[in-house]
Amino acid sequence: MKSKVVANAAEALAGLKSGMTVMSGGFGLCGNPEACIQHIAQSELKDLTIVSNNCGNQGRGLAALLKNRQVRKVICSFIGGNPDLSAQYLAGEVEVELNPQGTLAERIRAAGAGLGGFFTPTGVGTKVAEGKEVREINGRKYLFEKPLHADYAIVRAHIGDKFGNLRFYKTSRNFNPLMATAAKVTVVEVDRLVEIGELDADDIHLPGLFVQHIFQAEHENPIEHRTVRGAN
Amino acid sequence: MWSKAQIAQRASKELNDGDIVNLGIGLPTDVANYVPEGISVMFHSENGLLGMGPFPTEEELDPQIINAGKQTVTLATGASTFDSSLSFAMIRGGHVDVAILGGLEVSQCGDLANWMVPGKMVNGMGGAMDLANGARKTLVLQTHTSKDGDSKLKAELVLPATALGCVNRVITELGVFDCKGDHFLCLELAEGVTQEEARSKTAGELRFA
Repeated sequence: MKSKVVANAAEALAGLKSGMTVMSGGFGLCGNPEACIQHIAQSELKDLTIVSNNCGNQGRGLAALLKNRQVRKVICSFIGGNPDLSAQYLAGEVEVELNPQGTLAERIRAAGAGLGGFFTPTGVGTKVAEGKEVREINGRKYLFEKPLHADYAIVRAHIGDKFGNLRFYKTSRNFNPLMATAAKVTVVEVDRLVEIGELDADDIHLPGLFVQHIFQAEHENPIEHRTVRGAN
Repeated sequence: MWSKAQIAQRASKELNDGDIVNLGIGLPTDVANYVPEGISVMFHSENGLLGMGPFPTEEELDPQIINAGKQTVTLATGASTFDSSLSFAMIRGGHVDVAILGGLEVSQCGDLANWMVPGKMVNGMGGAMDLANGARKTLVLQTHTSKDGDSKLKAELVLPATALGCVNRVITELGVFDCKGDHFLCLELAEGVTQEEARSKTAGELRFA
């Protein structure tokens, strides 16, 4: 079998081109594919469409790509706490498509699962419904939402084996396993890369067939809001 | 008149033993500090956590355990973590008992606005549209009037809606108000607040229980 293991983000993302759509896992700065983001930030790539819940925050994470003017469009659910994105959006420099968070997640899941879309009650009667089909099912109104695909998914997991079987860690899981299913090419960076067979079949959160490239990387795991209590 | 802490404390009385509860960003998050004794609830956080515990001590701090407000938290006993799709299946599927959200405006028929002010502020809806639609009960904590003195309890929304007909109850510095369709019903006034004051600060029709 051809090896999926690559040395680093540069090798994994060699096929990424300007103008492509990139999904990035992470919720704020938690569970981000930091090495892939850093590689893109240091590249000449531009006009990217980024699909991510927040597109970075507080100037960090994917916000680096915004600062570098590498992003044409962002598909996300929340831009509060992200001054780079809100400033460029309000100035008309970046296109922003806001999706309700559950709709964003399900659109990605639908793409990965080969579905043509789904009906959700979320967004009925709001700006989100503009231009979309509304259907009454069992007496309740639902909005039709289409699947969301990408050229590349950049994904962060905790442990992965060389086939791409993945385990995620705590709340850094978030959108990562969904995005891994919805792109033409899925690149995964893991805290720890292990041999095939080291993960028990029942402990695998995402089977490796969704993964094209995998590598091990050091992760900073920045904290966005450091909230602590005194020891009792 | 209630302080913010008193609003959060009053909201905590709405919780029932065994409830699955989602707390929005900001003031709703503080409700976790006031869960009444003898009541045990599980906090759901839409980024993928059921069983959110208190803020960590310095020793417990883990950057990869956060809530939907991106604050570091802990895992309570019995907690589970999962992906965003399953998290919103819990919400849309009606498996979350109570959502406590912040608000910019609420209408007397239960419409909620809390995600944008055209031309001024766009935060995005995050999980609010799913939560307002999907939770079995939606409570909103907000100030009764804007900084300019305009009422935020209205006959009809002025701001873009988050969800329609979803809010059951609003708690403000003036008291507790239910959305009854064609009027707000005041269930309780804060200390020192008169019916006249509440009525003068409510743009929708206000009745008293």
